Amino acid sequence: MTGAEILIDALKREGVDILFGYPGGVVLPIFNVLYRTPELRLILTRHEQAATHAADGYARATGKTGVCLVTSGPGATNTITGLATAKLDSIPLVVISGQVKTSVIGTDAFQETDMVGLTRPICKHNYLVQRVEELPLVIKNAFHIARSGRPGPVAVDLPADVSAAELRDAAYPDEPCIPSYQPTIKGNPRQIQKLAEAIRRAQRPTVLAGGGVVGSGAGGELVRFLEKTNIPAALTLMALGCLPEGHDLFLGMPGMHGRTSANHALTECDLLIGIGTRFEDRVTGNLDGFAPGAVVSHIDIDPSEIGKNVKTHIPIVGDVRSVLADLIEAVEPRPVGPWNRTIREWRDRHPLVYNQDPADEILPQYVIDRINRWIDPGAIIATDVGQHQMWSALFIRHRSPRSFLSSGGLGTMGFGLPAAMGAALGCPGRQVVLISGDGSIQMNIQELATCAVNRIPVKIVVLNNSCLGMVRQWQELFYNAAYSKICLKEKPDCRPACSGQRPDCPHSYWPDFVRVAEANGLPGFRATKPGEVDDVLRRGFGADGPVLMEFAVKNSENVFPMVPGGKAINQILYGGAG
Amino acid sequence: MKDKHTIMITVANRIGVLARIAGVLSSRGFNIESIIGWSTENTDVYQIHLVILGTPGEIEQITKQIHKLIDTIKVADISHKKKYIIYEFILIKVRTGRNRQEVLDLAAAFGAKVVDIARTAVRLDFGGPVHQVERFLDLMKPFGIKEFIRSGHIAVGP
Repeated sequence: MTGAEILIDALKREGVDILFGYPGGVVLPIFNVLYRTPELRLILTRHEQAATHAADGYARATGKTGVCLVTSGPGATNTITGLATAKLDSIPLVVISGQVKTSVIGTDAFQETDMVGLTRPICKHNYLVQRVEELPLVIKNAFHIARSGRPGPVAVDLPADVSAAELRDAAYPDEPCIPSYQPTIKGNPRQIQKLAEAIRRAQRPTVLAGGGVVGSGAGGELVRFLEKTNIPAALTLMALGCLPEGHDLFLGMPGMHGRTSANHALTECDLLIGIGTRFEDRVTGNLDGFAPGAVVSHIDIDPSEIGKNVKTHIPIVGDVRSVLADLIEAVEPRPVGPWNRTIREWRDRHPLVYNQDPADEILPQYVIDRINRWIDPGAIIATDVGQHQMWSALFIRHRSPRSFLSSGGLGTMGFGLPAAMGAALGCPGRQVVLISGDGSIQMNIQELATCAVNRIPVKIVVLNNSCLGMVRQWQELFYNAAYSKICLKEKPDCRPACSGQRPDCPHSYWPDFVRVAEANGLPGFRATKPGEVDDVLRRGFGADGPVLMEFAVKNSENVFPMVPGGKAINQILYGGAG
Repeated sequence: MKDKHTIMITVANRIGVLARIAGVLSSRGFNIESIIGWSTENTDVYQIHLVILGTPGEIEQITKQIHKLIDTIKVADISHKKKYIIYEFILIKVRTGRNRQEVLDLAAAFGAKVVDIARTAVRLDFGGPVHQVERFLDLMKPFGIKEFIRSGHIAVGP
């Protein structure tokens, strides 16, 4: 077998049925084998960055490992943003890049780049395969590393001569072999007992659940644990859906744009149990004011997360699912108490609100709220990054894990469309909706063509406020409304600080998203008044296959609640509405 | 308080493993005081001893991050472990004139080896516990150190 044949055979043995990629010079031998392997479907994206986000979306929605195949040089460097996105959100990916022949590595050959050097800080691990003999074990190890322990992306750099080389007796190993890599799965029983005891004593226990709950498949365990103990839970952006909205213990998302109930509960609690979360600054706000009076317990598979940001009294290293299963056994049932009533009051006193005046411009929150009416219970929602992302996190009624796909850690604009494509391909039959903004969608808009030709049925919602809304919001609140480079209609002769909010702005908005959709073979619909919103959603969700729905929304709308950067998370701004 | 910490690291002997460790340190803004690495009697295993400056919290985080590398087998901060011997070796060229005998006497007192005596300098070789090396260097400084090579900390456990 050749190296290329070994690779494709290995992918099949790892259960890969779909991968994302783009061909090029040094990967020709691999694409030649793919040509003869119809059971392995490669989706040709229009950009390698989109291929990595698509593999990422596939992985987030299915729980399987996403796979990409790209060429060397620019093909490889285009995957960087996708790898970094997956790294920060702990998403299992295997990205295979071609490399120039081993004999010319280091000579600045055509399309040569040091992929291993470039990806070292943004991958869980990476490999340069130097001899074809190493290839089977490298692929086996790469998949094992990507999906075990704390998942993450693994880059494999494969020189052209290695994929062309012949190897006799190329047996694919049954087991990986990495003696230095042994993640801890089972939590220490003594620590679990200690936490059970702390729960028994606590008056105001609160859970902060993060993406680790999703990654370890512990959604069910989390709900059982919470229901046995009646402990309320805040869910980070990465964990939305792990506890269904409307559940009596649901506090919602905490942090900078978190709900009052979540932020107050985290501030007032006397026992904080962090589960599969890394206490990121967008969640904790100013650390001095974060859970100031609480005993902190932290359950995480990655020992380096424990104590990194928040001082921890009861650390438990282990797989969240395994630890929660043991913890459910160890804890005594707790009745509903005064703490539950307190959080219910916070929740009732601070509901998420907006006021859509039918005569005014469309509010983005209104569109998202209406989307709730049109989606199936099993729908997957993907977002891009910005105001629409926060509104989607707040206003979509999240029901189950792996159904809200968003770039949390890196905050990658352009993530949404390819991620939604990957999710739709990984979960055929499930409705997939992308909620994006006019800034973000343009960062990977070329993928509309990929959706069209492959009939990938993504329902694309573009909330067009004709500006970069989240930056506009910060400039308004913290930079005296000095609007710097946020208006997407701005021309060289525009007045400074206008932000496109002048009612008499004479400039047109480009591109015309409906025509862009149509040029790519997708139906496009547009609503400009509140009264048209339902009609556009009805037509969009009623159509077969991919469709783009554009909503011209009010551009001065801000995301509230909001905690300004550097403040404690109970110092909440509500704007006009809350 | 920031303190010098000697870290012993055992890793899989693979290309780029030193770069991975250096990357963990540099991406978190740490300066490496000294680093020394060698392949061991087991050719699959590579040993690194490094010295970094940091608070106990920073050092704990950095050792955890190094441990997280897939190729890392073992990491230990041995600075405050009593049973470890931490040594350093130096080669030093000291300026001498009329005070040559004084330099040679001090060298003899410390057990430093005189490798070469030239007209205006002597070259010495000294190794020992790190605090002794620091003391020796302090005493040599007033004479004028023309050149000075140090191995970085190396340590061995009980």
